[in-house]
This record gives sequence, structure tokens and C-alpha cells, in this order.
Amino acid sequence: MPTLADLIREGRRIQQHRPWPRAVVEPAVWSHAAGQLAAGHWDLLGLWGEAAAVHMALYDGRDSGVGVISLECRDGRYPSVAQRHAPALRLERAIADLFGLIPKGLPDTRPWLDHGRWGLHHPLGKESERTTAPGPYRFLPAEGESLHQIPVGPVHAGIIEPGHFRFTANGETVVRLEQRLGYVHKGIEGLMAGADLAQAAKLAGRTSGDSTVAYAIAFARAAEAALGVEAPLRAHWLRALMAELERLANHFGDIGAVCNDAAFALMHAHTGVLRERVLRASDACFGSRLMRDAVRPGGVAADIGADGADTLHALVDDIRERFPALIDLYDNTASLQDRTVATGVLGPALVKQYAAGGYIGRASGRYFDARRSPGYPPYDDLKYEVPVLQEGDVNARVWIRIREVEQSLTLVEQILRRLPDGPIAVDLPAKAGEGMALVEAFRGDVLAWLRLGGDGRVERCHLRDASWFQWPLLEAAIEGNIVADFPLCNKSFNCSYSGHDL
Amino acid sequence: MRKLLLQGLFLKALTEPAPAVDDAARAELSGAFERAARRRLGRSLSIREVDAGSCNGCELEIHALNNAFYDVERFGIRFVASPRHADVLLVTGPVTKNMQEALQRTYNATPGPKWVVAAGDCAFDGGCFAGSYAVAGGVSAVLPVDLHIRGCPPSPTALLKGLLALLEKVE
Repeated sequence: MPTLADLIREGRRIQQHRPWPRAVVEPAVWSHAAGQLAAGHWDLLGLWGEAAAVHMALYDGRDSGVGVISLECRDGRYPSVAQRHAPALRLERAIADLFGLIPKGLPDTRPWLDHGRWGLHHPLGKESERTTAPGPYRFLPAEGESLHQIPVGPVHAGIIEPGHFRFTANGETVVRLEQRLGYVHKGIEGLMAGADLAQAAKLAGRTSGDSTVAYAIAFARAAEAALGVEAPLRAHWLRALMAELERLANHFGDIGAVCNDAAFALMHAHTGVLRERVLRASDACFGSRLMRDAVRPGGVAADIGADGADTLHALVDDIRERFPALIDLYDNTASLQDRTVATGVLGPALVKQYAAGGYIGRASGRYFDARRSPGYPPYDDLKYEVPVLQEGDVNARVWIRIREVEQSLTLVEQILRRLPDGPIAVDLPAKAGEGMALVEAFRGDVLAWLRLGGDGRVERCHLRDASWFQWPLLEAAIEGNIVADFPLCNKSFNCSYSGHDL
Repeated sequence: MRKLLLQGLFLKALTEPAPAVDDAARAELSGAFERAARRRLGRSLSIREVDAGSCNGCELEIHALNNAFYDVERFGIRFVASPRHADVLLVTGPVTKNMQEALQRTYNATPGPKWVVAAGDCAFDGGCFAGSYAVAGGVSAVLPVDLHIRGCPPSPTALLKGLLALLEKVE
């Protein structure tokens, strides 16, 4: 069986791409890679376009290898990956919308991010004015006796992001769910082009607000790789500290929110208090509750304050005192367990096929955590476990997050104990280069890919949220469940709309 | 569960005193309220939150208003599930072109008297997303806005100050 390294050797190597190799390949090699994905040998990490080329990032779990292959689309077309490997489907539809590149053989040619309202076609490729009004979106058919449809969104009942869900139900049972996303498409990749590093980092940190630290780290690491610069040691450790605080805050918020969607508000009230305490401690240490713009290319913008370590030790102690009682409450409330156990089951085959990251993958038996593999500092120097369960239901996803809270607490303690001294940032040169990074956000791996021009400005930046490979699985997990369990299933996934829509 | 509930009864409340009303918000709101509106609303405000394109950061802080520290319901402010039940639309994000019609229709579905509060720097003028082919602009590019609450995202305290100014006008 060929390895990723063999594949890269088949093409023309791009020397300025770091840290993993990139090669420009022929269509036959591109199609071969799609076959390897379909056969389950490799994972699809990302698929994105440019004006006249497509790029595909691949991961080989056997040796933790990462590689990017690129295909020049001379006639504006390329062989579809999705015709053989379904996880590429929405990515290829998005590339067609944004760049006008046609995937030959794509089984679903409906637009995805383009709702016909931008006033132009292919905003990032050969753009042209749009003169026709948008037509209705053709949802996939579901036919049968006594089926009915329930349209939900884009404006939802709760304080959440917009998206449309089209349910087809038989009585109470969901027969098919089809998502329609793209409502919060802000054109981030368009705004990135031509931006300087500071502005681009700001945009990256606003791709999905709940993962602002993870995105800022991913972007900063990609920029540092492109420029061949290493951030100072202390900056790596402070970034990890912020990332674990962000993970804690999100896990607390969502564990409670899942229970709240099962009408168990008590849990929500208590985890809400823990979440607020994490945010206040983050504010005290880094000057921002969500730690916005606290990570920047070259290092970090804010050092931990003088009382920071004491604040965080007190926070960890407080959580350690209160959280076990809440775990007991979750585990011993029969009415709650009745809702979460065996609800929204996601099987291991789909998770493997889609290379779904985060708690969604790990609750269905996929052992993958970007902190561990391909890995990045300082996690190689820290002790923590990556919890994995097999059940794949709402309950398993909650338990993965409970276990990850415990792991993040030990990580915060280790970091505080061993935080190295030294500078927190280095200056970056203005030069050309290409860089890529994979960072573990609370909901899964974020991929950042970046090409800088000689003036130090961004030529092309692509950010791929973990949600791209998680959203489609929600459609599968809800099948056969009752409509009333959808909020529960949806919250247990908690995919990002903004991170996906870009 | 009983132990947790019991502790909740006897421990000191976490809820913090109300922050002072924001002066800038008070100034922006002057003249926005009629006597009829006050009579109808009494001391309560029902808010329908609409994300018109935000990064979800503002949503996180709006959620926090409901936690034990801020407890927004003690002021008579509550979040409702439908625009039909709302007095106020609390809109976040730069308004994306893909959300523009949905926002307009949500506004049309809200019975008068109604007010629009734009929360966050993006809702003010599009923030760092202004000028994109996919963004219509701040909320005022689409709807008449009665109050802006700035911040990226605005803290729960900042949100509370703005909303209390709104409530003060109602009283």
C-alpha cells in the first residue's frame, strides 16, 4: 500500500510549504488519492480552492503523516473527490460557489454557501455579476405514505446561530433530516486576501467565537510555519493554558445545555456558574473573557498577570470541589439518563469515513486528537489522557466532555507548575511562504492553511472548522429518533455554524 | 440532587447587584418611547435574539445574562422563542446577505411597539467584516436601530447596562 510520502513524490514538490510537504500532482494522482480515501486508508483533512487550483490535505493515521496535494485546473474543472468519498461533498459544492471550479462527476451540484444573494457569482474566482433572482432550493425528496415535513430556521427559538433544518417525519419519528447552511457566510476568506498579518489574525479569531483561542493558535502556527519562525517557549505554554481554559468554559456550558434541552435546568444552572468562573478567571489573567486576540502570530499578546497563577489555582480547586457532585447528579438522575442514553447513536463506520474530530469522533471510537497527533508544543511535554468511548450516543458525547474537563484541569495545573520564563513573542519578518497548522479546538481539529506574499500580506488563507465533517453526521444520528430529541442531539454535537459558513 | 437543592437554599446568592444604567445608552434612547408603549409594557421586556451573521461570540455573552451572576429575569427581562412574543429584537453580527431577508421577516413578524437593539461591534457597522461581498453592513443598514451596545463581544455587564436603560425608559 502506498504511503502519503510516496504520493507526494509523484508530484512537483513546493519547497516553501511547511511544516508538511505539498506537491502539485497530475489528475491521475489526484484521483488515486480519492480512491485511497474511499478505501479508508487515509483521512480527508481538508479540501479547498483557489482561482485556478484545488488543494487536498490528507492524513495517514498509521504514521501520523500529513501531506497536501494540489491540482491545477487549467480548464476550470477537476475530478470530483466526492463522487468516491462522500465527506468531500459539501466542500466541493462550496468550492464551486466561491471559485467557480467544476468538480467533474460531483453527484450533487446544488449550490451550498451561495444562496443567490451576493449580487455576483464566484466571488473568489472569476467573478461575474449575478443578474437572475435566486430560485427555490431543491431539498432532497422523501416520499412515502403519511410523511410530513417540518421546516425549522434559519431563525431558531433559542439564542443560537442561524441555519435551516428540513425534517421529514412519520408521526414523531424522523425519517430524514436535511441541513441547509451558509446563512452566516461573511466572506472571511475573501477579506483575508490582501490583509496584513494582524488584521488576518483578527479575522481568524472571529471565525467561530467559541473557539477564538484555537483559531488564533491555528492561524499563528500557520503564519509562523510559513515564515520559518518559532514562537518562544513561554508563548507555546501560555497558548496551551488559554486553549485549556477555553475548552473548560465550552465543556461546562454545553454539558449543562444538553441537560437543559432534556428539561433538566438544575444542571444547566450549576455548570453555568462554573463556566462564568472560568471566563472571569480568563479575564483576570489575560484581559478578555473569551481571550479574544490574546494569541497573535509570533507569540501571545498578553502575559498572565501577576496574580494569574493564584487565580487559576483557586479556579481549579473550586471546580474540583463542585464538579464531582454534578457528575453524580448527571449519572444518577434516571429521567435525564432516559433521554440521553441510546439517543442519537452515531456508528463508528461513519465517524471513521468522515474523519470526524473532537468529542463526536471520540464518543464513537475514533481515537484522534490533534494535540497528540500530529501534535504541537507544549502538549508533547505534558501528561494527559484522550478519553474514547464506543457507544456514540448523546450520553457518550456528554461523558467524553466530562472526562475532558478532568484532563484540562490537570493540564492547567501542569502548565502553571512548569511555565517557562522568557519572552512571550518574537517579531516576524515580511516574506513569502506557505504554512499549515492543525490545532485541537474544544469541538475538534481546526485546519489553517496560509500563503503569504513577499510583502508579508496574506495571498490566500483557508480555515477549515471541525464542523465540516460533523454536520453531515448529525443528519445520520437523528434518523429514527423522535423530533423532540433533535435539540438534545444537536446540542450534543454543537457544531459551529459560523465556523462552517465562513 | 436533594443535597444540591438544599445547599442552594441556604448558601448566599451568587447574583450581583444591578450595574448602573449606561449613560450613552440613555442618551441614544431619548425620545424613543411613547406613553402608550410604557402603558402596554409595564415593567417587563420580552426579547427575541436574532443572530444575523455573528461569529457566535455575542451569543455566548448573551447566554451568560441568564446565569446566576447576572440573572436578567429579576429585572423583568426575558428571552422568548418567537418574534410574535417579543418587544425587543436583540440583533447580533454583521447582517450577512444570506440572513438579510430572514432578519427583515423576523422584524415584520414582531408586533409593535417594538425596539431593535444591535449588540456588538459587528452589529454596529459590520466590524471587521464590513466591506465583504457577503455582508450588507451593520444592523442599521437593514432595520431602524434604537440602541447600540458596543463590544467584541459586549460583556454581560455591558449588555445589562444597555438593556436596563431600555427598561428605565419603559418605566
